[in-house]
Formats: sequence, C-alpha cells, structure tokens
Amino acid sequence: MQKLLLLADEAIALGAIDGGLSGVYAYPGTPSTEITEFIQMNRDAQARGIHSRWCTNEKTAMEAAVGMSFAGKRSLVCMKHVGLNVAADPFMNSAITGVNGGVLVLSADDPSMHSSQNEQDSRYYAKFALIPSLEPSNQQEAYDMAYYGFELSEKLGRPILLRITTRLAHSRSGVVRKEMMSQNKTSFPNNPKQFILLPAIAKKNYADLLASQSKYVDNSENSPFNTYYDGDNKKRGIIACGVTYNYLMENKELINGSPILKIGQYPLPRKQVERIMTECESILVIEEGYPLIEEMLKGFLGKSLKINGKLDGTLPRQGELNPDSVASALSGKKAEPVVIPEIVRMRPPALCQGCGHRDMYEALNAVLKQYPEAKVFGDIGCYTLGALPPYGAISSCLDMGASITMAKGASDAGVFPAVAVIGDSTFTHSGITGLLDAVNENANITVVISDNLTTAMTGGQDSAGTGKLEAICEGIGVKKEHIRVLVPLKKNFEEMTSVIKEEIEYQGVSVIIPRRECLQTLKRKKKQ
Amino acid sequence: MKTDIILSGVGGQGILSIATIIGEAALKNNLYMKQSEVHGMSQRGGDVQSNLRISDAPISSDLIPLKKCDLILSLEPMEALRYLPYLSENGWIVTSSAPFKNIPNYPEDSDVINEVKKVKNSVLIDVEAIAKEVGNTRCSNIVLLGAALPYLGIPAEYIEDAIKTIFARKGEEIVNMNLAALNAGRGESINRFHD
Repeated sequence: MQKLLLLADEAIALGAIDGGLSGVYAYPGTPSTEITEFIQMNRDAQARGIHSRWCTNEKTAMEAAVGMSFAGKRSLVCMKHVGLNVAADPFMNSAITGVNGGVLVLSADDPSMHSSQNEQDSRYYAKFALIPSLEPSNQQEAYDMAYYGFELSEKLGRPILLRITTRLAHSRSGVVRKEMMSQNKTSFPNNPKQFILLPAIAKKNYADLLASQSKYVDNSENSPFNTYYDGDNKKRGIIACGVTYNYLMENKELINGSPILKIGQYPLPRKQVERIMTECESILVIEEGYPLIEEMLKGFLGKSLKINGKLDGTLPRQGELNPDSVASALSGKKAEPVVIPEIVRMRPPALCQGCGHRDMYEALNAVLKQYPEAKVFGDIGCYTLGALPPYGAISSCLDMGASITMAKGASDAGVFPAVAVIGDSTFTHSGITGLLDAVNENANITVVISDNLTTAMTGGQDSAGTGKLEAICEGIGVKKEHIRVLVPLKKNFEEMTSVIKEEIEYQGVSVIIPRRECLQTLKRKKKQ
Repeated sequence: MKTDIILSGVGGQGILSIATIIGEAALKNNLYMKQSEVHGMSQRGGDVQSNLRISDAPISSDLIPLKKCDLILSLEPMEALRYLPYLSENGWIVTSSAPFKNIPNYPEDSDVINEVKKVKNSVLIDVEAIAKEVGNTRCSNIVLLGAALPYLGIPAEYIEDAIKTIFARKGEEIVNMNLAALNAGRGESINRFHD
C-alpha cells in the first residue's frame, strides 16, 4: 500500500474527500488553513465538483455547511478554535436541528498560542452542544476519523466535532488511503420540520437530543477510536487523549505496567472509564488543552479516587504538553529547566521589509505625534505586528473586527482621536457590522482598512472584499468624500499624512484605504 | 536506526525545503517519519524550527524530547544555539555560519560563532559561499543538507534520489546543480571532520 506523506490537516482533507464530501466551507485560520487549501488543489475533489471556495467568515461557513446537509450531502466546516466562537450560533443550533447529510465541524486548537489569542479547548463546545466529538492522535487517525466521520454523523443524526491541535495539524507522517466512497445524492429530511427551530419544534428536537445522549455514550464505548490497554500494575491507571497518547508512548519505560485508556471519541466511554477507576488506585489524566476529563472524573467535591493531572500541577495548566512534561508526570521527577545559552536573543516575527502596512504605520504614527491623546485600536492579521517595535502603534487586539467597534466605544467614552486599523479580509469577516453601528451614530472615528488584497497572515488566501471595499463602505453609509484611497509607498508619505490628518479632523466616520498588494502573494505570482 | 533532527532558522529562509527532501527519502525507503512544522505568524521573520524524526520502527511523539536530538541542522548560527537543550550528549550541530540580522540586538558575530564552536560536535559552514561556487546561492539549503549527510543516519544515495525526484520537473540542469551543491556541502563537512 502506498503511503502518502501528509500533514494531519491534509490527511483530514483527503479523508473527507474519500469519505464522500460534497463541500468544504471555511475561513482561513492557523492551524486549520491547509485543510481547505488541500481540497482546492486536489484533483479528485475537482473531478467531483466539491465546493471549496473560501467563505467570508466561520459563521457563514457553518451555515452553508448546514444548508448542504439539509440537501442531503456531506459537508465539512473548518476553522481555528476562536473561529468556532464566531460560528457558535449556527454550531449550537445545528445540534438541535440535527443533520440530513453528514456534517463534520473541524476545530483546530492552538495550545501554547503559537498563532492565536487564547488556548480555548474545543472539546467543551462539543460537550456544550451535547454532540459527539473525535480527537485523532496521529495522521492516520486524522484521515480515518474524517473518512468515517460522515457516516457517524448520519448514523447519529448530529454534526460531529473533530478536534485537533497545532502539533498534529502541522506535523507530517505516512498515511494510507482508503477506497473512495460515493457522494450522497440530493435528498431532503424525512421530517420537513426538522430544520425549523420555532420553539415548539425546537423543544421536540432538544428532547430528542437529550434522549440520544446514552446512545452517544454507547457508540463511544464501542468505538475503534477508544482503546483499553490493560496492565498488571493497578497502582495507577492512565487516561490519554489525542496527541498526548504519543507523548505517553514516547516514555514507555516510565509506564510501568499501568492500564491505559486511550480516548479518541467523546462523550467519554462510560464502561471503560468505570473500569479503570474501579481497578486502579489512582488515575493520571493526560489531555491537551483544558482539564475537561480531569474535572469530570474529580467531580465537584474532588472526593473521588486520587486524580492527577492539570488541576493539581502534575501537568502544566498552560501551554501544550510535550514528551518531557509527560515524562515528569509519569516519574514524579520535576522536569529540568530548559536552559538556552545566554547569547541567544528573542527573534519575534515582524512585518516584511517593503510591506505596505509599514508605510501605513509610518504615516499614521507621524500624524498621531501631534495628538498625544490618540488611541489606535488594532485587529487580527499581519498588521497586529504593528504593536511591536519600531512602531508600537496599537493599543488593542481583541478579536476579528473589534478594532472598529472598540474605537467606537472609546470614542463614545470621549477618546479623540479614536483610530481603528483593520485588514481587508478581517473587515469583511467581522468589521462591516461594526462600521454600520458607527455610521448610524455618526461616531467620530477614523477607520484605516489596510488593504493588501489578500488574507496574508494565513498564507495569502482570497479575500472576500477584494475590489468591493469602497462600495461596501459607501453602501453602509460612509460619506463618499470621506472614503480615501491611498497607495502606501514611501514616495506618497506626504499625501498619506495629510489625508490621515484631514480625516482625523473630520467629525464623523471616515475610512482610509491604503491599498498595495501583499509582497508575499506578489512574489508567489511572479514565480508561477 | 533512528535519527532525531531539529531544523532551525529564521522564517522565510526555507528550512522546510530541507525537510521535504529528507521526508521524500525516508518515505521512499519505507522508513517511518514524523515531521512537525511551524506555520503562521512566526514565518514572518521570527525564529522557526521543525522537528524531524526518522526511524526504522514506529515513532510515537511528533516532538523530540530534551537531550535526545541527534542533529541540529540550522540555516543560522544563533538559531542553532536556541535548541541546544535538545541536543544529545553525542549529537551534532551543522549550521550555516552566516548570521541573519533582522533584530536590533543581535550579538557580536564572533561571540555567536565561538559559542557554536564550544559545542563538542559542531560544523560551521559558509553555505552561501559554497553555493555561489557551485552556481547559485539558492542552493544554500542543499549545501547545508550535504554537510549534514554524515550525521543523518540514512544513506547519501537516498538523499540524492530524493533530490532527483523533487527537482525533476525543473529540468536536468537544476537537478545537477542541486546534486553538485549536495556534494560540495558533504565534501566540506568531511574535510572539517578530519581537521
């Protein structure tokens, strides 16, 4: 059998294609981006006409996926963990509607915040929505879970959450492919009211969801993704989930005959958990993210069996786990501190030399020197790096789109000048509605949409607003004469500073659009 | 056999292209392999690394434990030092000697070089100069890979074949230039070894 060398992201993409996928819906976000990119480039996906165009944000992606499911076909939604917050409304409610065609919701968590704002654990979302979830430990399982995930979703009638973390998403290993399943034909739900969440119908659906919980536990107990490895040494049982199982196995010599329960499917398999808790004197829980299982096993009073994990400091609460932190949990020996030679300096990421965002910040900073009270609210993208030296230009970065709304709130509180800096893709993702709020109240804010014609930070995906930004702003009600387009280049510095100053002085909403293509996408285009 | 490698450098230098070649060589020869990469924000000129593990037996962790790394292969000398806590007692550092200075507080060049030389098994190579001799500085990565050949734990022919496969669609000239770069790097490294 031929092995393919794939990132777990790519393995999920291929597993979904081979599992009969009809459409992937996603907004780029590290570490999930490569899934959709793989499907866009894949020949089989193209031959099958699988939908793979980027969506404007995770909410529109999730809703479109439910629409495809309504029509009987299999859909995949991909996002990074914080994207699931954006998609939370349709996600939670899709658990109530249930599915027709199978739906997989892929959420890629980022413990250690390699490229994120927080470490939230998507398994809680599955628990919150009362639906099953899957968590692969390696690239082959990632493939298998995507491959079988649609069938599971259709069998149980609910969307399934597939949770991965950065480490696995961006790690390559050999994967063996399975035979391609056929795609579903169009079919509509047997119950024509299934997707109408009027209270009377939603109540019935919710009752059904609650009644199905034991079925999901039963399915977990018989899942090939949950495995019990018995051992003679019952002093300690070990529960490991997803990628942490690898760190456990890396330390085979420290396992010492402990029984191991490997978890890959939730809700937790009750029988197996009961067995390990009954047979063993204590339990070590090794999980990536928050202490979800540990808290469940401990209970509110913590008076059960002795449970070691993240809550008692056996494992670190923050950051991703690794073979060394797991070794220390197993042996009880404190991990030696990692001593990097003193000469090694920090090397933080920075905006590329020649990037248009740099010219934008140069001009903005020059103008704001005249306004010591000015505050600049940032957003999420490459330009967030404007927070670092030499610019130190922004005071905030909360979530996608928050630059505009935070600037508005601060302006409401009396801050002047209140400036928002947002990228083109982030603007269409979540900035438009905030701008409408600002326009409706004629807030005194200046919005800089730094347009590099792409979604740059995640590697240059198409940006939903390309070619439409002025029209969008005007359509929302920003006055035409206060939508100012600039070319951010050194030679235009004077023009830029005078325009920025004019618009700051204007009492109302103004939008400045410095527009120049991202150097990285430009370089790639030239190569092709 | 089992070789644990940390590839390091600065975002944009192209450490992943080295990983791709080793990966191709490993897979084609039925070796197990896991390779953890860095994507996202740090690719914008920050420090980047990739953990690459090759073995003839199944591999568990995607990450290499502390003091277990056999080879630090680095496109930048200070970046090689960043992963020193992972280097095993008898492990090797093979690194480009050219500092990449995109931070204001980069240490004195000579201090960095001396710190690398303090490591028991270290090879410092001016990969760009050698690449230029061979024909093109774009082969610098391959020169570095060549210098690491004696410590990779897999036969040089595997790597040569992988280069042939990966660069095949770019034409024979490019393949030969990369093979020359590989050999030049290898020769340089062996010479150092006998110094």
